[in-house]
Amino acid sequence: MASKKRPVPEINAGSMADIAFLLLIFFLVTTTMDVDKGLLVKLPPWTEESSEEQDIKEKNIFVVLVNSQDQLLIEEEYAALEDVRRLAKEFIDNNGDGSCEDCRGLRDPNSSDNPKKAVISIQNDRGTSYKIFVAVRNELLGAYSELRNDIAQRKFGRDYDELSEGDIELINEVYPQFISEAEPVKIGG
Amino acid sequence: MPFKKKKKIETPPVSTASLPDIVFMLLFFFMVTTTMREVTLLVKLKKPQATEIQKLERKDLTTYIYIGAPTNAALGNEPRIQLADQLASVADVQQWVILQREEVNEAERPKFTVSIKSDIDAKMGLISDIKQELRKAQALKLSYSANPASSAEEMFKAYR
Repeated sequence: MASKKRPVPEINAGSMADIAFLLLIFFLVTTTMDVDKGLLVKLPPWTEESSEEQDIKEKNIFVVLVNSQDQLLIEEEYAALEDVRRLAKEFIDNNGDGSCEDCRGLRDPNSSDNPKKAVISIQNDRGTSYKIFVAVRNELLGAYSELRNDIAQRKFGRDYDELSEGDIELINEVYPQFISEAEPVKIGG
Repeated sequence: MPFKKKKKIETPPVSTASLPDIVFMLLFFFMVTTTMREVTLLVKLKKPQATEIQKLERKDLTTYIYIGAPTNAALGNEPRIQLADQLASVADVQQWVILQREEVNEAERPKFTVSIKSDIDAKMGLISDIKQELRKAQALKLSYSANPASSAEEMFKAYR
Protein backbone atom coordinates (compact mmCIF):
# COMPACT_ATOMS: atom_id res chain seq x y z
CA MET A 1 0.00 0.00 0.00
CA ALA A 2 1.42 3.24 -0.92
CA SER A 3 1.20 5.65 1.93
CA LYS A 4 1.55 9.28 1.38
CA LYS A 5 5.04 10.53 2.18
CA ARG A 6 4.79 13.24 4.73
CA PRO A 7 7.43 15.93 4.52
CA VAL A 8 9.68 15.89 7.57
CA PRO A 9 9.68 19.32 9.15
CA GLU A 10 13.08 20.84 9.67
CA ILE A 11 14.21 21.13 13.28
CA ASN A 12 14.64 24.66 14.39
CA ALA A 13 18.26 25.09 15.43
CA GLY A 14 17.80 28.58 16.72
CA SER A 15 17.87 27.59 20.36
CA MET A 16 21.08 25.61 19.98
CA ALA A 17 23.11 28.72 20.71
CA ASP A 18 21.17 29.25 23.93
CA ILE A 19 21.88 25.74 25.13
CA ALA A 20 25.53 26.07 24.25
CA PHE A 21 25.70 29.38 26.08
CA LEU A 22 24.20 27.83 29.15
CA LEU A 23 26.82 25.08 29.18
CA LEU A 24 29.56 27.56 28.42
CA ILE A 25 28.65 29.72 31.37
CA PHE A 26 28.52 26.69 33.64
CA PHE A 27 32.05 25.66 32.70
CA LEU A 28 33.29 29.23 32.85
CA VAL A 29 32.14 29.48 36.43
CA THR A 30 33.35 26.10 37.65
CA THR A 31 36.71 26.14 35.94
CA THR A 32 39.84 26.59 38.02
CA MET A 33 43.05 26.58 36.13
CA ASP A 34 45.49 26.63 39.01
CA VAL A 35 48.39 24.26 38.65
CA ASP A 36 49.95 23.16 41.87
CA LYS A 37 53.50 24.39 42.17
CA GLY A 38 55.97 23.83 44.92
CA LEU A 39 59.48 23.09 46.09
CA LEU A 40 60.22 19.49 45.23
CA VAL A 41 62.28 17.67 47.81
CA LYS A 42 63.18 14.09 48.51
CA LEU A 43 62.97 12.63 51.98
CA PRO A 44 65.45 10.08 53.24
CA PRO A 45 64.04 6.58 53.74
CA TRP A 46 62.82 5.70 57.22
CA THR A 47 65.27 3.98 59.52
CA GLU A 48 64.41 2.49 62.86
CA GLU A 49 67.62 3.60 64.53
CA SER A 50 68.05 7.23 65.29
CA SER A 51 70.15 8.73 62.54
CA GLU A 52 73.17 6.63 61.72
CA GLU A 53 76.56 8.15 62.22
CA GLN A 54 78.12 9.19 58.97
CA ASP A 55 81.73 10.00 58.38
CA ILE A 56 81.57 13.53 57.09
CA LYS A 57 84.23 16.03 57.88
CA GLU A 58 83.10 19.05 59.83
CA LYS A 59 84.18 21.42 57.11
CA ASN A 60 82.09 19.62 54.51
CA ILE A 61 78.84 20.31 56.34
CA PHE A 62 77.11 23.64 55.97
CA VAL A 63 74.81 23.98 58.93
CA VAL A 64 71.83 26.29 58.75
CA LEU A 65 70.03 26.61 62.05
CA VAL A 66 66.63 28.24 62.34
CA ASN A 67 65.35 28.84 65.84
CA SER A 68 61.81 29.27 67.09
CA GLN A 69 62.07 33.06 66.69
CA ASP A 70 62.82 32.49 62.99
CA GLN A 71 66.40 33.71 63.40
CA LEU A 72 69.15 32.18 61.33
CA LEU A 73 72.51 30.85 62.41
CA ILE A 74 74.76 29.81 59.55
CA GLU A 75 78.05 28.13 60.35
CA GLU A 76 77.80 29.49 63.89
CA GLU A 77 77.28 33.08 62.84
CA TYR A 78 74.13 35.18 62.72
CA ALA A 79 72.83 35.64 59.22
CA ALA A 80 69.92 37.22 57.40
CA LEU A 81 67.72 35.52 54.87
CA GLU A 82 69.32 37.58 52.12
CA ASP A 83 72.75 36.06 52.88
CA VAL A 84 71.72 32.42 52.70
CA ARG A 85 72.01 32.06 48.96
CA ARG A 86 75.41 33.76 48.70
CA LEU A 87 76.91 31.83 51.64
CA ALA A 88 75.58 28.53 50.34
CA LYS A 89 77.00 29.21 46.89
CA GLU A 90 80.40 30.07 48.34
CA PHE A 91 80.32 26.88 50.37
CA ILE A 92 79.27 24.55 47.54
CA ASP A 93 81.59 26.09 45.00
CA ASN A 94 84.56 26.33 47.37
CA ASN A 95 86.56 23.43 45.89
CA GLY A 96 89.08 23.16 48.70
CA ASP A 97 90.93 20.11 47.34
CA GLY A 98 90.91 21.33 43.73
CA SER A 99 89.33 18.19 42.28
CA CYS A 100 86.44 20.10 40.70
CA GLU A 101 87.64 21.56 37.40
CA ASP A 102 84.55 23.60 36.69
CA CYS A 103 84.30 25.27 40.06
CA ARG A 104 85.29 28.87 40.56
CA GLY A 105 85.34 28.88 44.32
CA LEU A 106 87.68 30.64 46.71
CA ARG A 107 89.53 27.41 47.60
CA ASP A 108 89.33 28.19 51.29
CA PRO A 109 90.91 25.20 53.12
CA ASN A 110 88.41 25.57 55.95
CA SER A 111 85.37 25.20 53.72
CA SER A 112 84.11 22.30 51.62
CA ASP A 113 86.51 20.02 49.71
CA ASN A 114 84.44 19.85 46.54
CA PRO A 115 80.76 19.98 45.54
CA LYS A 116 80.50 16.19 45.61
CA LYS A 117 81.36 16.15 49.30
CA ALA A 118 79.53 19.32 50.31
CA VAL A 119 76.44 18.66 52.37
CA ILE A 120 73.95 21.28 53.45
CA SER A 121 72.10 20.55 56.63
CA ILE A 122 69.07 22.59 57.60
CA GLN A 123 68.03 22.22 61.21
CA ASN A 124 64.98 23.78 62.71
CA ASP A 125 63.14 24.00 65.98
CA ARG A 126 59.64 22.63 66.45
CA GLY A 127 58.52 26.23 66.88
CA THR A 128 60.05 27.49 63.63
CA SER A 129 57.42 28.88 61.31
CA TYR A 130 56.68 27.17 58.03
CA LYS A 131 57.10 30.47 56.25
CA ILE A 132 60.78 30.93 57.12
CA PHE A 133 61.50 27.26 56.53
CA VAL A 134 60.17 27.43 52.98
CA ALA A 135 62.12 30.64 52.40
CA VAL A 136 65.40 29.08 53.57
CA ARG A 137 64.73 25.91 51.64
CA ASN A 138 64.02 28.06 48.61
CA GLU A 139 67.29 29.94 48.98
CA LEU A 140 69.29 26.72 49.30
CA LEU A 141 67.66 25.28 46.18
CA GLY A 142 68.29 28.64 44.55
CA ALA A 143 72.01 28.42 45.34
CA TYR A 144 72.23 25.09 43.54
CA SER A 145 70.18 26.24 40.58
CA GLU A 146 72.28 29.39 40.19
CA LEU A 147 75.49 27.37 40.20
CA ARG A 148 74.04 24.92 37.71
CA ASN A 149 72.84 27.74 35.50
CA ASP A 150 76.28 29.37 35.57
CA ILE A 151 78.06 26.24 34.47
CA ALA A 152 75.39 25.51 31.84
CA GLN A 153 75.95 28.96 30.37
CA ARG A 154 79.71 28.51 30.37
CA LYS A 155 79.72 25.02 28.89
CA PHE A 156 76.74 25.00 26.57
CA GLY A 157 75.74 28.65 26.29
CA ARG A 158 72.22 27.89 27.42
CA ASP A 159 70.15 27.86 30.58
CA TYR A 160 70.05 24.71 32.67
CA ASP A 161 66.34 24.23 31.97
CA GLU A 162 66.89 24.21 28.23
CA LEU A 163 69.58 21.52 28.18
CA SER A 164 69.13 18.00 26.91
CA GLU A 165 68.84 15.22 29.44
CA GLY A 166 72.41 14.04 28.89
CA ASP A 167 73.83 17.50 29.49
CA ILE A 168 71.74 17.92 32.61
CA GLU A 169 73.22 14.72 33.98
CA LEU A 170 76.70 16.00 33.24
CA ILE A 171 76.04 19.14 35.24
CA ASN A 172 74.34 17.28 38.05
CA GLU A 173 77.51 15.25 38.33
CA VAL A 174 79.53 18.41 38.90
CA TYR A 175 76.98 19.86 41.35
CA PRO A 176 75.02 17.06 42.97
CA GLN A 177 72.42 18.24 45.44
CA PHE A 178 72.82 17.22 49.06
CA ILE A 179 70.41 19.02 51.31
CA SER A 180 69.41 17.26 54.48
CA GLU A 181 66.46 18.22 56.58
CA ALA A 182 67.25 17.04 60.03
CA GLU A 183 64.58 16.10 62.49
CA PRO A 184 63.65 19.07 64.62
CA VAL A 185 65.16 19.59 68.00
CA LYS A 186 64.83 22.21 70.63
CA ILE A 187 67.17 25.01 69.69
CA GLY A 188 66.69 27.79 72.16
CA GLY A 189 63.33 29.24 72.99
CA MET B 1 26.73 71.15 -5.97
CA PRO B 2 30.14 69.56 -6.14
CA PHE B 3 29.11 66.68 -3.99
CA LYS B 4 26.79 64.11 -5.30
CA LYS B 5 24.27 62.95 -2.90
CA LYS B 6 25.27 59.53 -1.72
CA LYS B 7 23.08 56.70 -2.65
CA LYS B 8 21.74 55.01 0.40
CA ILE B 9 23.09 51.47 0.62
CA GLU B 10 21.10 49.14 2.72
CA THR B 11 23.37 47.31 5.15
CA PRO B 12 22.56 43.64 5.14
CA PRO B 13 21.87 42.17 8.59
CA VAL B 14 24.87 40.42 10.19
CA SER B 15 24.48 36.72 9.92
CA THR B 16 24.42 35.01 13.30
CA ALA B 17 24.47 31.55 11.85
CA SER B 18 28.09 31.00 12.96
CA LEU B 19 27.44 32.12 16.52
CA PRO B 20 26.68 28.60 17.78
CA ASP B 21 29.96 27.43 16.26
CA ILE B 22 31.93 30.06 18.12
CA VAL B 23 30.14 29.31 21.35
CA PHE B 24 30.72 25.60 20.93
CA MET B 25 34.38 26.19 20.34
CA LEU B 26 34.66 28.12 23.62
CA LEU B 27 32.53 25.51 25.34
CA PHE B 28 34.85 22.68 24.32
CA PHE B 29 37.87 24.67 25.40
CA PHE B 30 36.50 25.15 28.88
CA MET B 31 35.22 21.59 29.08
CA VAL B 32 38.68 20.28 28.35
CA THR B 33 40.63 22.62 30.60
CA THR B 34 38.25 22.56 33.53
CA THR B 35 39.05 20.76 36.72
CA MET B 36 36.43 20.66 39.38
CA ARG B 37 37.43 21.66 42.87
CA GLU B 38 37.87 18.35 44.60
CA VAL B 39 37.82 19.29 48.23
CA THR B 40 36.29 21.99 50.31
CA LEU B 41 38.94 23.56 52.45
CA LEU B 42 38.33 23.17 56.16
CA VAL B 43 41.46 25.08 57.08
CA LYS B 44 42.65 28.59 56.46
CA LEU B 45 45.36 28.47 53.86
CA LYS B 46 47.78 31.20 52.92
CA LYS B 47 50.62 29.68 50.97
CA PRO B 48 54.19 30.96 51.24
CA GLN B 49 56.02 32.55 48.35
CA ALA B 50 59.02 31.02 46.64
CA THR B 51 61.05 31.40 43.48
CA GLU B 52 62.51 27.94 42.91
CA ILE B 53 59.22 26.21 42.39
CA GLN B 54 58.45 23.45 39.94
CA LYS B 55 55.15 22.43 38.47
CA LEU B 56 53.57 19.22 39.59
CA GLU B 57 52.69 17.84 36.20
CA ARG B 58 50.53 14.88 37.05
CA LYS B 59 47.52 15.55 39.22
CA ASP B 60 46.61 11.89 39.34
CA LEU B 61 49.99 11.07 40.88
CA THR B 62 49.74 13.75 43.51
CA THR B 63 47.97 13.71 46.81
CA TYR B 64 47.44 16.75 48.97
CA ILE B 65 47.78 17.37 52.68
CA TYR B 66 46.36 20.67 53.88
CA ILE B 67 47.57 22.29 57.06
CA GLY B 68 46.22 25.39 58.73
CA ALA B 69 43.98 26.78 61.43
CA PRO B 70 40.43 25.40 61.12
CA THR B 71 37.92 27.70 59.44
CA ASN B 72 35.42 26.61 62.06
CA ALA B 73 36.33 28.92 64.93
CA ALA B 74 34.89 26.50 67.48
CA LEU B 75 37.83 24.18 66.78
CA GLY B 76 40.39 26.70 67.96
CA ASN B 77 43.35 28.37 66.31
CA GLU B 78 45.89 25.61 66.45
CA PRO B 79 46.87 24.43 62.92
CA ARG B 80 45.26 21.13 61.98
CA ILE B 81 45.73 18.60 59.22
CA GLN B 82 43.10 18.09 56.56
CA LEU B 83 43.14 14.87 54.57
CA ALA B 84 40.60 14.75 51.74
CA ASP B 85 37.38 16.12 53.21
CA GLN B 86 38.02 15.92 56.92
CA LEU B 87 40.33 17.02 59.65
CA ALA B 88 42.71 14.35 60.80
CA SER B 89 45.56 13.80 63.19
CA VAL B 90 49.21 13.00 62.54
CA ALA B 91 48.59 9.35 63.27
CA ASP B 92 46.20 9.06 60.31
CA VAL B 93 48.65 10.38 57.76
CA GLN B 94 50.66 7.24 57.22
CA GLN B 95 47.76 4.95 56.46
CA TRP B 96 45.99 7.52 54.36
CA VAL B 97 49.04 8.10 52.17
CA ILE B 98 49.50 4.37 51.71
CA LEU B 99 45.87 4.04 50.65
CA GLN B 100 46.21 6.94 48.22
CA ARG B 101 49.25 5.32 46.70
CA GLU B 102 47.40 2.03 46.26
CA GLU B 103 45.11 3.82 43.83
CA VAL B 104 47.99 4.75 41.57
CA ASN B 105 48.92 2.49 38.71
CA GLU B 106 51.73 0.23 39.90
CA ALA B 107 54.17 1.24 37.18
CA GLU B 108 53.87 4.88 38.12
CA ARG B 109 54.07 4.49 41.88
CA PRO B 110 57.66 5.69 42.08
CA LYS B 111 56.45 9.04 40.77
CA PHE B 112 53.83 9.34 43.49
CA THR B 113 54.20 12.74 45.14
CA VAL B 114 52.74 14.20 48.29
CA SER B 115 52.10 17.92 48.17
CA ILE B 116 52.01 19.73 51.50
CA LYS B 117 49.80 22.77 51.24
CA SER B 118 50.45 24.51 54.46
CA ASP B 119 49.58 27.87 55.89
CA ILE B 120 52.55 30.17 56.51
CA ASP B 121 51.73 30.35 60.21
CA ALA B 122 51.94 26.63 60.81
CA LYS B 123 54.82 25.49 62.97
CA MET B 124 57.54 23.17 61.76
CA GLY B 125 56.87 20.75 64.62
CA LEU B 126 53.64 19.62 63.01
CA ILE B 127 55.16 19.50 59.56
CA SER B 128 58.14 17.50 60.79
CA ASP B 129 55.77 15.00 62.37
CA ILE B 130 54.06 14.62 59.01
CA LYS B 131 57.40 14.24 57.30
CA GLN B 132 58.27 11.39 59.65
CA GLU B 133 54.95 9.71 58.88
CA LEU B 134 55.62 10.06 55.16
CA ARG B 135 59.02 8.48 55.60
CA LYS B 136 57.41 5.58 57.41
CA ALA B 137 54.94 5.23 54.56
CA GLN B 138 57.81 5.26 52.06
CA ALA B 139 56.29 8.25 50.31
CA LEU B 140 59.55 10.09 49.82
CA LYS B 141 58.70 12.53 47.08
CA LEU B 142 57.46 15.67 48.68
CA SER B 143 56.48 19.10 47.49
CA TYR B 144 56.15 22.18 49.66
CA SER B 145 53.39 23.97 47.84
CA ALA B 146 54.09 27.67 47.29
CA ASN B 147 52.97 30.58 45.19
CA PRO B 148 55.42 31.96 42.67
CA ALA B 149 57.19 35.17 43.67
CA SER B 150 58.34 37.33 40.79
CA SER B 151 61.77 37.94 42.32
CA ALA B 152 63.82 37.12 45.39
CA GLU B 153 63.52 40.72 46.57
CA GLU B 154 59.77 40.51 46.57
CA MET B 155 59.98 37.31 48.55
CA PHE B 156 62.26 38.83 51.19
CA LYS B 157 59.87 41.73 51.63
CA ALA B 158 57.32 39.34 53.05
CA TYR B 159 59.68 38.51 55.92
CA ARG B 160 60.36 41.99 57.20
